[in-house]
Amino acid sequence: MTSATPLLEIDNLHVSYLTRATEVPAVIDFSLAVNEGETVGLVGESGCGKSTVAMAIMNYMGTNGLIKSGSIRFRGQEITALNPNEMRVLRGNEIAMIYQEPMASLNPAMTVAQQLMEVPMLHLGASKSTARSGAEQILSDVHIPDPERIMASYPHQISGGQQQRVVIAMALLANPSLLLLDEPTTALDVTVEAGIIKLIREIATKYQMTQIYISHNLGLILETCDRVCVMYSGQAVEEGSIQSLFGTPKHPYTHGLFNCIPLPKTDKQDAPLVPIPGQLPLPHERPIGCTYGPRCRAFKGGVCDQGTVPYERVADSDQFVRCRRWSEIRADDLIPDREGIKAATIGDVVLQANQLSKYYEVESKGTMSATMLGMKEKIQLKANQELNLSARQGETLAIVGESGCGKTTFAKVLLGLETSTSGELIHDKQEVGGTGVQQRSQAQLAALQIVFQNPVDTLNPSHTVGAQVGRALRKFGITQGKKETKEKSLELLAKVKLPDEFYYRLPRQLSGGQKQRIGIARAFAGHPTLVVADEPVSALDVSVQAAITELLMEIQREYGTTLLLISHDLSVVRYLSDRVVVMYLGRIVESGSRDQIFEPPYHPYTEALLAAAPIADLRVKKRDIVLEGNLPSPLDPPKGCPFETRCPRKLGEICETTLPPDLMAADGHRIACHIPLDELQDVEPVFAIQQSA
Amino acid sequence: MEAVRPNTPNRGIIAFFVNLRESPVGLIGAAIVLFWVVLAAFAPLIAPYDPLAIMTPFAKPGTAAPDGGIFLLGTDQKGRDQLSRIIWGSRTVLFYAPLATFCAYIVGIVMGLAAGYRRGWLDTFLSRIGDIILSFPVLILYIIAIQQFGRSNLNIVIAIVFASAPGIMRIVRGLTLEIREREYIAAAQVRGEPNWWIMLVEILPNARGPLIVDSCLRVGYVIIQIGILGFLGLGLPPPDPEWGGMINEGRQVALMFPHMTLFPAIALSTLVLGFNLLADGLRETSLKD
Repeated sequence: MTSATPLLEIDNLHVSYLTRATEVPAVIDFSLAVNEGETVGLVGESGCGKSTVAMAIMNYMGTNGLIKSGSIRFRGQEITALNPNEMRVLRGNEIAMIYQEPMASLNPAMTVAQQLMEVPMLHLGASKSTARSGAEQILSDVHIPDPERIMASYPHQISGGQQQRVVIAMALLANPSLLLLDEPTTALDVTVEAGIIKLIREIATKYQMTQIYISHNLGLILETCDRVCVMYSGQAVEEGSIQSLFGTPKHPYTHGLFNCIPLPKTDKQDAPLVPIPGQLPLPHERPIGCTYGPRCRAFKGGVCDQGTVPYERVADSDQFVRCRRWSEIRADDLIPDREGIKAATIGDVVLQANQLSKYYEVESKGTMSATMLGMKEKIQLKANQELNLSARQGETLAIVGESGCGKTTFAKVLLGLETSTSGELIHDKQEVGGTGVQQRSQAQLAALQIVFQNPVDTLNPSHTVGAQVGRALRKFGITQGKKETKEKSLELLAKVKLPDEFYYRLPRQLSGGQKQRIGIARAFAGHPTLVVADEPVSALDVSVQAAITELLMEIQREYGTTLLLISHDLSVVRYLSDRVVVMYLGRIVESGSRDQIFEPPYHPYTEALLAAAPIADLRVKKRDIVLEGNLPSPLDPPKGCPFETRCPRKLGEICETTLPPDLMAADGHRIACHIPLDELQDVEPVFAIQQSA
Repeated sequence: MEAVRPNTPNRGIIAFFVNLRESPVGLIGAAIVLFWVVLAAFAPLIAPYDPLAIMTPFAKPGTAAPDGGIFLLGTDQKGRDQLSRIIWGSRTVLFYAPLATFCAYIVGIVMGLAAGYRRGWLDTFLSRIGDIILSFPVLILYIIAIQQFGRSNLNIVIAIVFASAPGIMRIVRGLTLEIREREYIAAAQVRGEPNWWIMLVEILPNARGPLIVDSCLRVGYVIIQIGILGFLGLGLPPPDPEWGGMINEGRQVALMFPHMTLFPAIALSTLVLGFNLLADGLRETSLKD
């Protein structure tokens, strides 16, 4: 569907934000042409300017944004010259945008029907009845089951996945020619994400719609796009078709990104991740010459730090690259020499859960009169049910599952933030499930620690780094006096590879990765035997993720600590863990060693999870499994197998009525399912790696 | 927006006020407040007469004084110089209003932290008490309290603390409920920190921004309340000059001698206006990134 003139042409775009101190150049010299009917991915880390480009295309720059120079032409028409009224018409009818947070895009005070009908009535002047039937039609197009009920609902009454489908439906209603998607699935669970990705691909072919897909996730880009443009520090650094860019990346930054993500070829001992050193330069402190220069392993003085690096076309290819040395660089040059890392020694069992359950009491929504009389019925929310698992010294045990599966509740019980309802949780020969933090001894507190998910939240913004690390040291009885504490704090900072001056810094002066390093230092202050890592890298940028992952493992090996990795990201789990526990709706559905989990036999839920995780590797071929329906409410779980309502391999009545037995597939590999083992064994692996490439 | 900001804004307590230079409204407010603070601080040097000295009664502004000077703002029914009384009166108000506000803050913060962090029955109990006090008309509360316990400086402070603390508690409780969910609070709990440490060291410093803004507004409000008490004759005991009392004394003869009510009223409103503008400015600059 490529026509002679591109649908959208961006030439030498410069965009700045005006802040109270200075002008911040967010996008410098960005050019891109998007042909009709094609899906182009914009990929880059936060701060690289990809969202700013999207906002510039919408000509929606906020109060302090400013298009400094350059042109954006849509069907040959200059967008930057349009007045607000002309722009409004264009936005509604020709260009639509879908954002990351569906709830923020929907009006909470209007029903879905009202919001959907508004679009054709306003933009196309449709009558109420045609608008209504159009809305119903579009909802079934985005595969929303039971559109009648959804139409009558308010946004908060439907699930996150359904909300995003409604937002997509709304964008499609005016039948735009260009659809901008800004991280449309980042806020969603993996299995829900897989459904949305499938829908986005379907729309692209069915409506012949041109799409610009913005994401930080190379795997998603691979699955959705035809072409991709990699951005770094406000510039496009490489562009090409999916085949060429993923097959033969040219720019060192693109190489760097691929080396940072745990692909099937990586291994924590033999082929570890290669972090990109340094940080994204601040917009007003960009280096002269190549903006990636200071972080590049192929940097050559006198070549890379001169003038402006041109954006060149690669001969005999559809690729563009902004690098002076791309033809000289080989992929291996970009990986530093290193020795294989010795595997950690696995010791005795340090943590054992036997039939551990945690129930919350929740007040049910009774009738109003009952509520007023104080006769609220208490019902139980079964967050963890009869968990059996064990972890050994020095090993990494991953707990995998989507939000609401109970993995965080388990961590809270383990840390003493909650106490268990029944069952045992034995740590170091002592029962800890029933003892809250206030009852735990200093040694127990120091032994069980946590690294949190969100770097913004993990440090107290009011206290210096030194004060926070020092407090942990003193609290765990490691140091006493001021001087000793400071010495030991600096030692810890050095261990997480931060220089001494960070001791006096406040959290707001640190980057996300640096904060996460402090979080790790704090957790390891008291020589813990077990550290819970709750999605330790999921909020970080790709290049930082690799560094933090490697650091975490290095410290783990040094201290011989057991790592309890809580994650929904199966690539990270595959890379980091020794053993895996898969949870669904408060129960363990499968557990075993890493290889056992990633190879058949699979529990049907594990199978779907594996298929849902996007992998940024052309050689990996995946089976397509998309789960229908939503996670059932934990207040009213299915009677039989918890996964029964969404299982694509459901047998029949037995799944609805009887709790499945634990099948022993192999030594240490348990699957809770009614399907006989040999049938579970008899499936193809979810992904196969093609050797030729 | 993804753009990396070049310089992170200052967020310390001092920086909170330094950022004020970006708000013209806030600067005007600060200037007015500063003007009154200087007058109060140097009252003995600035005031032309002794505020209690009895000279010419009912002198209009600009009348020559017996000693050869001029009564710039006239005199009151007892013949005391209005200007001197207003200047000395600023001392009273600028001492008691911040004092009462400060005490109310201590009580409100302790209650709010406890209610927001501990939750459960304690929260219900404290919140209900607060609701009951807040649902009472403040004036009636004052009249009952001060008539019951007598007219003294201490009792006025106590009455104001009693009436203001529940409002402060609500703000602190709301902030605490939000901050307690942060991961650094969980980190402190997992470290085994006692509750008082978490409340005072981990939570309170992070609630300071909104509290500083609120305290400026509240000081202004307390100034009005002290004025009202003075006007009702429940204020600070005479003969010390006090703006509310001065307005009241001039009230009966307001038509003939408007200067007796007008000037203290202007003094009172400018000071309150100053605090309000300052609070506006602080809020504005703290909302800017």
